[in-house]
Amino acid sequence: MKFNKKITNLLIILISTFALSACSTAKKTSIGSGDVYTGNATIEYLASGVKDRVFFATNRSTLTTASRDTLRKQASWMRKNKNLNVVLEGHGDERGTREYNLALAEKRANAARDYLLTYGISGKRISVISYGKEKPINSASTPLAWSQNRRSVTVKTK
Amino acid sequence: MKKFFFILLIFLFKINIAYSLIEVDITRGNLNPLPIAVSPLHVDPQSDNYQDTKTKELGELISAVVEKNFISTGLFNPLNKDAFVQKPDIAHLKPRFEDWRLITAQALVTGKLLVKDEKLKIEFRLWDVAANKEIIALAFTTTPSNWRRVAHIISDKIYERLTGESGYFDTRIIYVSETGPRTQRVKKLAIMDQDGENTKYLTLGNELVLTPRFNPTNQLVTYLSYFRNLPRVYLLDIETGIQEVVGNFPGMTFAPRFSPDGKKIIMSFAEDGNSDIYTMNLETRLVEKLTEDSSIDTSPSYSPDGKYICFNSDRSGLQQIYTMKSDGTSVKRISFGDGLYGTPVWSPRGDLIAFTKVRGGKFYIGVMRSDGSGERLLTENFYQEAPSWSPNGRLLVFYRETKAGKNGEGFTAKLWSIDITGYNERELKTETDASDPSWSSLLSK
Repeated sequence: MKFNKKITNLLIILISTFALSACSTAKKTSIGSGDVYTGNATIEYLASGVKDRVFFATNRSTLTTASRDTLRKQASWMRKNKNLNVVLEGHGDERGTREYNLALAEKRANAARDYLLTYGISGKRISVISYGKEKPINSASTPLAWSQNRRSVTVKTK
Repeated sequence: MKKFFFILLIFLFKINIAYSLIEVDITRGNLNPLPIAVSPLHVDPQSDNYQDTKTKELGELISAVVEKNFISTGLFNPLNKDAFVQKPDIAHLKPRFEDWRLITAQALVTGKLLVKDEKLKIEFRLWDVAANKEIIALAFTTTPSNWRRVAHIISDKIYERLTGESGYFDTRIIYVSETGPRTQRVKKLAIMDQDGENTKYLTLGNELVLTPRFNPTNQLVTYLSYFRNLPRVYLLDIETGIQEVVGNFPGMTFAPRFSPDGKKIIMSFAEDGNSDIYTMNLETRLVEKLTEDSSIDTSPSYSPDGKYICFNSDRSGLQQIYTMKSDGTSVKRISFGDGLYGTPVWSPRGDLIAFTKVRGGKFYIGVMRSDGSGERLLTENFYQEAPSWSPNGRLLVFYRETKAGKNGEGFTAKLWSIDITGYNERELKTETDASDPSWSSLLSK
């Protein structure tokens, strides 16, 4: 009796594994790299013409051409204002696990930091903090909001 | 939390394992819950302050907690008390089994209690109605304020006897309480009994706190705090409230968990855009670096024997689950399905790894064997992640977020649990929105 029950349970497990493996052959998930925010809606300015933030694609920390342009302008603004220090705040969107987002947002802020360093800004003037997905700028659950939230923001410190 | 001593007197210990007829099949979830009658515990009129309703109702309160626990398993069907014909004290002495059979009860729980000299004495019995037999009889002595814990311990004893699995009712869940709009969320550490009672807040909400995890051997908790805007892993003693930062790292430490012996913390340390996995021995303070890769390595979790670690890495390009030996060697990717995998966490039984999977814009909680085979997805939703195991490895608790509207309206974060069979999915009610749950070990072992 007991043995029979075990076999039935095993069968149930086998059948459900089968069913699951059958549906796992579905179409491939596309991981966007073309979903970088290009608008100006959330941007603030550190000085005239100097945008305070750069945006990233889903699951990526690479800088786009537009981002590099923004960071070059930030670098020249920092060179002109020698007493200024900045903190780079890295962020992610709500569509990823919390811990991975903490690491990814740290990587994003550091990508921005590395670019500033190559333009001659001293590492002593730049600190980095990751907020993961904890501080969205746009609280909606839409692709637009997510793209605005995947960002590294340069903030003046005293 | 006050030190809790209870004396377990095993009297009339007549366990008839070989002959007992009732058995709960835990492999199929709630298809056929066992009808069980939980008689209110009889309150001895000799009790101090017997006329006090608090004392008088204690028997009913305890049986209500037991019933609520049983309902939450999906494995038991507690019967309506209106149909009970025998008085609690008489049923406790010797049930008239034919009466209980008449209302389809297969198991019966009876008990009595006495409050005397600041002590609460409780005894209960579990009866097999079909076999006309007593299967467990236990007595406890504790302080009256501990009545809820006694109810949970009784629930555990019955659950263990009827399912053959260890119990999980005398446990707590630590989590992050969330309030306020999404752009200015206030987060506090909170702790509650497994059934949602006794909520206490452990931090004030002045700084962001995330991912609390219990030490499996005691009441220490490790978590991430943004105290002074420096994200670091902290250690908190729930009993004393003393907190300390873990190690002296020059950057963000995060994703902490304890080793199974409770002596080490394993976590990620992020440096110059690269996150690797480290351990710190809490006694010797020795720090060890376990991964050395330019990708993101995070969310580490030990196997229960401490010999292996599963973790999350995007070294293949995207988030996947890997295992390695606890010295960092023999790294092996184990997730190969379609989509991304995160938050691996090893079952306390050692056989399974629970995870979050992202595929086609949906989030899944699933389990796979520790070699990556036998993947089963238990639940699909808009957003959910961070499974944590019940101490007996039968359930997972995780958090789920709803889709927010244009201005963040409609957003909620709640705790949910599900049986590893995929059945019995239910919300764990919390006073506020909640995330990042971690289930404690059994408080009384």
